[in-house]
Amino acid sequence: MLLLNLFWEFFKTGLFAIGGGMATVPFLFRMGENTGWFNAQMLADMIAVSESTPGPIGVNMATYVGFTVAQIPGAIVATLGLVAPSIIIILLISVFLSNFKDYPVVKTVLTVLRALVIGLLFFAFYQIATIALVDVKTYIMFAVFVVLALVLKKVHPIVWILLGAVLGLLLL
Amino acid sequence: MIYLQLFLAFAKVGVMTFGGGMAMLPMLQREIVKNRGWATDEEMLDYYAIGQCTPGIIAVNTATFVGYKQKGVPGAVVATLGIIFPSIVIITVLAGVLTMFSSNPYVQKAFAGIRIAVSAQILVSVYRLARKAIVNVNTAVVAVAGFVLQILLGVSPILITACAIAYGLFLYFIGRKNDAAA
Repeated sequence: MLLLNLFWEFFKTGLFAIGGGMATVPFLFRMGENTGWFNAQMLADMIAVSESTPGPIGVNMATYVGFTVAQIPGAIVATLGLVAPSIIIILLISVFLSNFKDYPVVKTVLTVLRALVIGLLFFAFYQIATIALVDVKTYIMFAVFVVLALVLKKVHPIVWILLGAVLGLLLL
Repeated sequence: MIYLQLFLAFAKVGVMTFGGGMAMLPMLQREIVKNRGWATDEEMLDYYAIGQCTPGIIAVNTATFVGYKQKGVPGAVVATLGIIFPSIVIITVLAGVLTMFSSNPYVQKAFAGIRIAVSAQILVSVYRLARKAIVNVNTAVVAVAGFVLQILLGVSPILITACAIAYGLFLYFIGRKNDAAA
């Protein structure tokens, strides 16, 4: 039953998260709240690990959450659940709608969805920030990271995560 | 044999890229377009464009496209399994190790620092996305509504997304009606 639930929860995430990796984060927050499988702090750590390891972030997150909930079978089932809607939808598009992205109706709906992702992701940020930012020291570190990421655009996220780990060991 | 090749090619792309999404495009171009000749550069960009506007992970959607083009539905499934295989192995091992050490005070300090870095990254990606996606009052209202509906009313992101799709369809048909009237 747990594995079936896991598959279904990730199937829904795969179906509604449009725009790739980070777009799954708001759905995972809600999943944790609804099922009690993990809390926001655990999810923040999973995002960090998923960003620092090979593979697509969304897939890594599903594997990690699945493993946390039900070990290796959970990791496999959650990941398959996440990709199942993609496979079905992409196959349908391959077979029937080769010019899918050029339909005016698709363009209009996407304009709305791209704007929506910003609101959803900002809420995910708010939830992680409430856990991560607890005192003046952490606020200052946060400000430094934001400025660094804005100025040094080409630097890979893994560098910031390693720097975060080092600063955490030294200062927190 | 082609199935094994599909699986291995996408597993290789999965192992060699950190971050997915856009970070994966150069690797896919090298492995799928240049080394294997399974798609042209133009096709790859098309797959990416469609991957961004369909549900799911962009890299996975691209794997499904290429696999389908080579060997139909079984090819699509094999290519997709290839791209998720390294993640399953690596994350499972790492998750097991991290769970063992999660109560270690040094690991906790490191992750407290990492969470700050992750918060900053998410805020910066929100900002970058917003610069492209917030193009007028309408899109600004949608973004604010997405945040407010969650924080004040606790509406689930799935329901919000469904409503946004309905709103997009509404805008499209209103626009067409106005065009017809004019």
